Amino acid sequence: MSFPWAEKYAPKHPFMRWIDQRLPLPRLAYGAVGGGYPVPRNLNYFWNFGVLAGLALALQIVTGIILAMHYQAGDATAFNSVEHIMRDVNQGWFLRYAHANGASMFFIVTYIHIFRGLYYGSYKAPREMVWMLGLVIFLLMMATAFMGYVLPWGQMSFWGAKVITGLFGAIPLVGDPIQHWLLGGYAPDQPTLTRFFSLHYLLPFVIAGVIILHIWALHIPGSGNPTGVDVKSPQDTLPFHPYYTAKDGFGVGIFFLVFALLVFFMPNAFGHADNYIAANPLSTPAEIVPEWYFWPFYAILRSFTADFILPAKLWGVLAMFSSILLLFFLPWLDKSPVRSGSYRPTFKIFFGILIADVLVLGYCGGSRPEEPYLMISQLATAYYFIHFLVVLPLLSMFEKTRPLPNSISESVLHGEEAEAAPIGVTPATAA
Amino acid sequence: MAAVEHSEHMDAHGEDGMRRRDFLNIGAVAFPAAGAVALLYPLINQMNPSADILALAQIDVDISHIQPGQAIKTIWRKQPVFLRNLTPHEIQEANAVDISTLRDPQTLAERTKPGKMNWLITMGVCTHLGCVPLGAGEGEPRGPYGGYFCPCHGSMYDTAARIRQGPAPLNLQVPDYEFTSPTAVRIG
Repeated sequence: MSFPWAEKYAPKHPFMRWIDQRLPLPRLAYGAVGGGYPVPRNLNYFWNFGVLAGLALALQIVTGIILAMHYQAGDATAFNSVEHIMRDVNQGWFLRYAHANGASMFFIVTYIHIFRGLYYGSYKAPREMVWMLGLVIFLLMMATAFMGYVLPWGQMSFWGAKVITGLFGAIPLVGDPIQHWLLGGYAPDQPTLTRFFSLHYLLPFVIAGVIILHIWALHIPGSGNPTGVDVKSPQDTLPFHPYYTAKDGFGVGIFFLVFALLVFFMPNAFGHADNYIAANPLSTPAEIVPEWYFWPFYAILRSFTADFILPAKLWGVLAMFSSILLLFFLPWLDKSPVRSGSYRPTFKIFFGILIADVLVLGYCGGSRPEEPYLMISQLATAYYFIHFLVVLPLLSMFEKTRPLPNSISESVLHGEEAEAAPIGVTPATAA
Repeated sequence: MAAVEHSEHMDAHGEDGMRRRDFLNIGAVAFPAAGAVALLYPLINQMNPSADILALAQIDVDISHIQPGQAIKTIWRKQPVFLRNLTPHEIQEANAVDISTLRDPQTLAERTKPGKMNWLITMGVCTHLGCVPLGAGEGEPRGPYGGYFCPCHGSMYDTAARIRQGPAPLNLQVPDYEFTSPTAVRIG
């Protein structure tokens, strides 16, 4: 895998040799996350977030399997079984809060991971497949999170299910049959709950499978790095273990600190009070908002308020889905040969605007659908699409980029060779 | 520069042969390991009986309507309990047995409350493999010893619900109970 100077797996103990000849699993681990995977030596902490996302998935699977031991999917039992978990099951409150806030943690680290990729050009050749598989994971995460939110069968669960499946109802001609097919009825009910539970249990394992492909595709060119310059020689890399296991370990510690803060001190901060009211098909809550991680997309959905050739409802749905599908084409929209935003001064400005834009969309998506939020989300939605469809292609044609360092090790050393040379060793004359 | 040299010197030749870096490494791995072990507690403990199950662990039973020779079945911790009002003849039969011949030697007095020897309260769970023995319901066979008979593997209990014949190793278990009044029993 990757570079010719990668350390070869050479088990010394006879038992490990015996294993290696029969099931080379330690060899696989050594090459993937051990000393046998050379990684650019200049990775910053933004490169922690892939590992953190994997960790979040593992935590969700563990807590989720446990919750499934106590949860009863059924229109008469679901809500009460969640209360049973909160009150009666030993440490059930902890496991449920860990699962609910674990979803938020998963999205937080995933969003940072995605924006890391957007800034450092991780989607560019030769890593297009890594990027697209990541988007597939993101879509699967959204589906899983949505269905998981329906399971407690509170008011937000019920009306969320109704509204989100209603999106498919916007499709011309086949919309209604598709919505009824998704729900297994005319409104969310017992069939909806049992199928969502089944799929909510299944999809995380599908995500785990796509993650394997994501990592496999990544390990062919190897990890990118903050300069965007390709690895050229052994001086540019360090073995994953112990250097990046240690660096990731530090990030994992911070992750758990934030996670513990949420679970133990503000477990319902990301939740909605209405979801502690049992589902009532006859009464819609005064204010329906999805979970925070869907807010930017919800704002895009709601920003289409007037019919224009097609009905406004359909425009909203199309725009919302396109906002993600468009990212699949990003490697071909941004053709700038310079990967890292650090060497693209104009790109950097627009990247800052994009982040502000998505935050504004998120804020509007979480607010009531009234002025001035509608107007603001319309403008922000417009910029979102302009950024990817107009700004990036133009930038890749006209932007004057800064000179790139000759190599990763040169950028690390800033020309001060002595700084990195071991004590007593004369620095080589190069770079 | 002198300070740097000094610390390097300490690193390489610490007093007990352990370097600062070794200590940090061990600490950095041991601390999360301890946390992970602590985290296992809720992950495992959640499978233990929950609070609503434990809340079923005490029941009150009215025994005023049980005539001598009759028995009732009730449920405690989702398991059957037999409450039997023994006839004087059955008490006599139980007391006539030489307890040294029993597999699980116990007298009837040891299995009942003082002065309430006619009230035989036992779990309805065969000590062999957990079937419900026959004999508490009206018309059910009570086996050759007049107590209970387990249809699964033929364990036979006498009128003190002691094992007399068959594969069961122990007498039917007597749960913790007390008489809250002459006609009421609290089990658990």
